[in-house]
Amino acid sequence: MEEIVQSFFNAEIAEAALPIVLAGLLNTILLSLLVVPLGFIGGLVLALLAQARSRAVRWPLMAWVDFFRAFPPLVLLVLLFAGLPFAGLELGGFACVAIAFFLNTGSYYGEILRAGIESIPRGQVEAARSTGLSGLQTMTYVVLPQAVRNVLPDLLSNTLEVVKLTSLGSVVAVPELLFQARQAQSVTYNPTPIVMAAVIYFLILWPVVRLLSRLENRALVGRG
Amino acid sequence: MTAPIVAAHGIHKHFGQVHVLKGVDLDVAERELVFVIGPSGSGKSTLLRCLNRLEEPSSGSITVAGIDMLSPKTDINHARQHIGMVFQSFNLYPHMTALGNVMLALRKVAGKSRAEAETIARAALERVGLAERAHHRPAELSGGQQQRVAIARAIALEPRVMLFDEPTSALDPELVGSVLAVMRSLRESGMTMIVVSHEMGFARAAADRVVFMDHGLIVEQGPPAQIFENPAHERTRAFIGQIRQH
Amino acid sequence: MSAWDRFVETFFNAKVMAKYLPDILYGTVVTIELAVAIVLSGLAAGLLLALVRSAGIRPLNWLIIFVVDLFRSLPPLVIIVLLYFGLPSAGWSPSSFVSTWLALALVLMAFAEEIFWAGITSVARGQWEAARSTGLSFAQTLLYVVLPQALRLTIAPLTNRTIAITKGTALGTVVALHEILGMASSAVSNSYNPSPLMMGAGAYLVLFLPVVVAARWIETKFAWKR
Repeated sequence: MEEIVQSFFNAEIAEAALPIVLAGLLNTILLSLLVVPLGFIGGLVLALLAQARSRAVRWPLMAWVDFFRAFPPLVLLVLLFAGLPFAGLELGGFACVAIAFFLNTGSYYGEILRAGIESIPRGQVEAARSTGLSGLQTMTYVVLPQAVRNVLPDLLSNTLEVVKLTSLGSVVAVPELLFQARQAQSVTYNPTPIVMAAVIYFLILWPVVRLLSRLENRALVGRG
Repeated sequence: MTAPIVAAHGIHKHFGQVHVLKGVDLDVAERELVFVIGPSGSGKSTLLRCLNRLEEPSSGSITVAGIDMLSPKTDINHARQHIGMVFQSFNLYPHMTALGNVMLALRKVAGKSRAEAETIARAALERVGLAERAHHRPAELSGGQQQRVAIARAIALEPRVMLFDEPTSALDPELVGSVLAVMRSLRESGMTMIVVSHEMGFARAAADRVVFMDHGLIVEQGPPAQIFENPAHERTRAFIGQIRQH
Repeated sequence: MSAWDRFVETFFNAKVMAKYLPDILYGTVVTIELAVAIVLSGLAAGLLLALVRSAGIRPLNWLIIFVVDLFRSLPPLVIIVLLYFGLPSAGWSPSSFVSTWLALALVLMAFAEEIFWAGITSVARGQWEAARSTGLSFAQTLLYVVLPQALRLTIAPLTNRTIAITKGTALGTVVALHEILGMASSAVSNSYNPSPLMMGAGAYLVLFLPVVVAARWIETKFAWKR
């Protein structure tokens, strides 16, 4: 027992590693604040384009979305980070994470928002158009507010996944929470910093998981 | 008779292979209440929806309040302000209050300020007898109240013509009266109205003209007394007889 | 040489690709083995937890909920790193395969439990009462009445979640697992050429694109009736 505590919950090491790990936390938060809106906007564009009637628009769009849903995000990230320099383009870890997430999470957000938009009855659009609202106004004031509300649990769930995914930044040397924890671990030869990172993730994300679990349960029960 | 406010001529509508409207002509004079009846699938709702171009007619011409509705040069969103529409399923925006429902187009289409829009919207709700329900959401209102808010949403824009697409069909019988009362008061204020409905009692009392449609064509039309008591066509007679039995 | 030729020469170099094809294939086999292990064990464990939870034993349920919440909150990569680099300090050194498998199976277990549980609770109370009133036992009711209805509801969300988590096999590369991405990355550093990475990317598409397309089909077929 003593040994376990010494290895995983070593107070001395925790104290020394705390500033390093907290710096990582700050970067994780900043990274999330960048990639979540970025992915959401990308998804919104995809979902709006998917409303086009023309198959010439819809099919390539579906292929795009499926392509990036089939790709593990880490593969996309490594492809950008290790592949692009061969094309003479060196972007750095941070930019690669931003682009990879935009492509990957944008596709997920896009599918969720598309489902939300399609859940709104046709009559809502007709009523809005009959009062003279334009297509764009109808989307902005009538359809989207309802669509987002309908798929709020899915949007929140995806956002949780995106925040967790920022840990991939550690692979391309973005100094986020996991990266910093591993740095501290490799200096101290003790896994306590990684345990710290795990505890921090848990403390921050647990409330979100609780909330989601309640929302999802309600949604499924309502539909069943 | 002065120039009609609604003039629809030679309207055809195809849905794929199905020929829904087969050359319909309908002129409506200002302040007139035209009642459209007919079996389901006769094309009456489609005709109504063509008038404000929610459906695109396959051919024909439509002029409403002097605006050529089918011209590509017409700003359809601007034109639709002048044509109010009330739907069978109300189609109120569930995420907004009654007041919000009425204000949206006033602000975004008519370009009113928030204060102006609110004044107009409150007056419109007052007219349908729901002033004190302004801050309720649709889910907190009865079906009849929802439909009256939907009417307020349309009349707030001061339309020249109102289209009613089976406004009472989705209502419980005891709620129909309140909606019909609002329609009657609209009528008395001189509103031009085209109503698709099965409320024959209302037609008899309020309509200037009844139009009977079947299989995508207008079979006959005339004053309510004539159509209901003395129809010229066999099909009209059969339809009226059927309705009476209910 | 035109720019296009140079691009092809760099990113789709036939010689390099031929040389490293066996490596990528080896990695593909590892990825498939890992994926199958994760899906089977994760779904089974998730279903088991959901069934235990339906028995309604309070302290046990709290434990299940905590475990589920834990593995839904932690990023999978953090769990993998913790297992691989942390456990040796406690006297057990799991291989990179075992670390990756265990981490992702636990994550899938957590998500699957949530979905199965939601499915079970979605079956109306009256179904339980009707079945029990005919003399069926708790287990019989669960097995013959509730689960068949619940599982149909869970198919679409479960498929999507399973795909998302299975794609995480690529994370194994961080702990030096010789799966597709790991093999491709080391081939890139050995050959100074990105072609193996393109091959690896292709391998992922071959593996996962059909699954994603199938999931789209499943989603429409078993869509929630609104």
